[in-house]
Amino acid sequence: MASEEKTSIWIARDLSKCSGCRKCEIACSLFHEKRIWPEASRIRVFMLAPGIEFPHFCVQCEDYPCVQACPVNALSVNKETGAVIVDSSACIGCGKCIEACPGRIPHMHPVENKVLICDLCGGDPQCVKVCQEGLWNVLWVVPRGNYSYKLYARTPEEIARDLAVKIFGEEGERYV
Amino acid sequence: MIRGYAGKFLEVDLSAKSFKGVGFSDKVLRDYVGGRGLAAKILWDRLGSRWETVDPLGPENLLLFLTGPLTGFFPGGRICVSGKSPQSNGVVGSTVGGEFGVELKCAGYDGIIVAGEAEKPVYLFIKDSDVEIRSASHIWSLDAKQTVAALTRECRELLRARYPQKGEWKEPSILYIGPAGENKVRTAAVAAKWSHAAGYGGYGAVMGSKRLKAIAVKGTGPLPEVADLEGVKALMQEVCNNAYESELWRRWGTGASGYEVGAKTSSEPVRNWQEEWHDEKSFGVNEFENRVWVKQYWGDFGCPTTCLKLAVVRAGKFKGAITDNPDYELQAYVGTNLGIFTPEDNVYMASVIDDLGLCGIQTGNVLGFAAELFQRGMLTKEDLDGIELNWGDTEAFAKLAKKIAYREGIGNILAEGTYRAALKIGEMKGVDVMPYAVQVKGIGVGAHGIRSEKDYPEIYSYACSVQGGDHTSVACMPLDDFRSELMMAFHDSGVYCYFNVFGLSRTVVFNFYKAVTGIELTKEDWVATKAMKIIQLQRAMLLLGGPDLRWNPEIHDDNPPRFYEPLPSGPYKGKVIEKTRVDEEKHRYYELVGWDERGIPKSETLRKLGLEDVDRALEKLR
Repeated sequence: MASEEKTSIWIARDLSKCSGCRKCEIACSLFHEKRIWPEASRIRVFMLAPGIEFPHFCVQCEDYPCVQACPVNALSVNKETGAVIVDSSACIGCGKCIEACPGRIPHMHPVENKVLICDLCGGDPQCVKVCQEGLWNVLWVVPRGNYSYKLYARTPEEIARDLAVKIFGEEGERYV
Repeated sequence: MIRGYAGKFLEVDLSAKSFKGVGFSDKVLRDYVGGRGLAAKILWDRLGSRWETVDPLGPENLLLFLTGPLTGFFPGGRICVSGKSPQSNGVVGSTVGGEFGVELKCAGYDGIIVAGEAEKPVYLFIKDSDVEIRSASHIWSLDAKQTVAALTRECRELLRARYPQKGEWKEPSILYIGPAGENKVRTAAVAAKWSHAAGYGGYGAVMGSKRLKAIAVKGTGPLPEVADLEGVKALMQEVCNNAYESELWRRWGTGASGYEVGAKTSSEPVRNWQEEWHDEKSFGVNEFENRVWVKQYWGDFGCPTTCLKLAVVRAGKFKGAITDNPDYELQAYVGTNLGIFTPEDNVYMASVIDDLGLCGIQTGNVLGFAAELFQRGMLTKEDLDGIELNWGDTEAFAKLAKKIAYREGIGNILAEGTYRAALKIGEMKGVDVMPYAVQVKGIGVGAHGIRSEKDYPEIYSYACSVQGGDHTSVACMPLDDFRSELMMAFHDSGVYCYFNVFGLSRTVVFNFYKAVTGIELTKEDWVATKAMKIIQLQRAMLLLGGPDLRWNPEIHDDNPPRFYEPLPSGPYKGKVIEKTRVDEEKHRYYELVGWDERGIPKSETLRKLGLEDVDRALEKLR
């Protein structure tokens, strides 16, 4: 759909619904690495406390602080999809983009010296496909609008604490 | 090397504080696959010659954490925990859901063999090829939720400090014990997350005896190469598509059964199995769904079914209690079996069990046993350290569960599990209390009765199983029936969740095995040769027994006495299982698995399977 029309897309997300099945990690790593490789997945499911699993992946901030922070111009924005594209031959693995990201979302590839950032699979994100197929509806694709997507860029701890309160109640934070 | 395996196992000697990588030949892996099968092989090879003398809670025992070739590929990740069981003195392949097996393979190991015992509490921290034995003094005595939180934080801090460039580290996967395991309670589980448990077998006690509080593993590599990636992907899709259509399993998991198995098939333990029927609508799945389930679809690695649910008590005296589901087994064993019929009380009991690191089935079994003795005046309030153990009194049962986990007072006796507790109480009181012990070979029977013959229809299911009362591994004819323990041994050796096989042709699992490993295996070949070998090894070790007790198949290949009482209520009221029928079917089963009329594996059976050493070892039992 979106890929045919070449309009920018965004992956909408309802983290509290995540079942923790990690099919998004499986699909992502199979697509990008041809292996099941959770640590090399561009989308990662964190479980800082059992029951509050959630996917952590790029939100495509309006101002792309990671792209700005890259000292070697290894990061760029794909105009069609809005995704951040990593030029792996240029990336020096310095981690500046991680520091710049308000959610500390990018992470290093486990064996190669390059950073991993969601590239929206060129407009047809595999993680969304499997999440929809399983009827979990944690992830779905919407056209990219003029919103403050940056609000979604939060660290795993921040997200986990909030979800713990939402799911377990007022005492939830102590489990994270 | 066979595909689908990481290629090595990690062996840790806690006495010597050393570790090394070990391997198994392709032949061994072809024959025993992994998980339960490989556990039987390892235990027999290393301890078989002196099996009777090995104390399951002594340093000689081995504690095994084994994946299988299908772990991580077949939807629904699990890990198999095994060793010499402090419940049966045999071998149980006890599996638990979660990502541990996947992480372990990604770290480069197919399994962990733990030998010896540590002087002081320790935990293992594995990051790929870096293995550390770390002090666990600061987390010893913590409950489940505290342990998971403390270790998750600590290990992430270690990773962050060591690899500052990496970015955010995901949590490691953790297996651990609670206070019950630390105190070597025979009904203690090895736990994952907060409430996932490898309960059958009592391996929490073995882990505690080794002073091993936990294992945390972070594997950053990919899962091993498979023989046919496109084939694996297609099969994953087939398994998932089938599961996605199963509204009941997805929506309710096994939770629908707390009411249904009682009301319909009449095979649910009620008040220590005095009845197997109830019609308490208060225990309907809709009550759980609407009142306590805060996450209705919760699963482990790759799972399309997500039969787990997350439950939180929002109001009332048990406010704040958290557990998963409870699933059917715990709805029954820390619900109906204790006369508890409300979701909030059931969730609270399950959370107490989780926090203490107990197995809900085994502990619910022994709690029910104690309550029946109290009902009959065979155990008094004084015997129970002042607890009036009335049916349905949730707080009284929770109090007693804590005594069990800490081995305090009467808890020290009940901590031995139902069978051993029955022996002790009988001796103490001078009366035979074994008629109220609903167990087979030291293992409390799972929450599926046989008396109505509508749920588990084989009346010799538990009597002939090599894993005793374990409801996930029952004897069944024909031997290639999908419920037979010879088939279950495939799931527990390939190590994945067999719930995701429901509704599919059983050949799918063998197709999956071929796509992953490249090895052709038919169901017939599996049952006749490979599973048969595993079952004989397990049977041999079960019969050889241990230093504290030994089974005589002529006496102990039998149902608990309660199962010969007529059902007192419900749609099958008055129905009786005749012992003569059990004996007949038992002997038919013996024939099929090649055991003699006394239930000892025959010499010819063992020799045909190439198990000459087992044959020699069993000579003394014949």
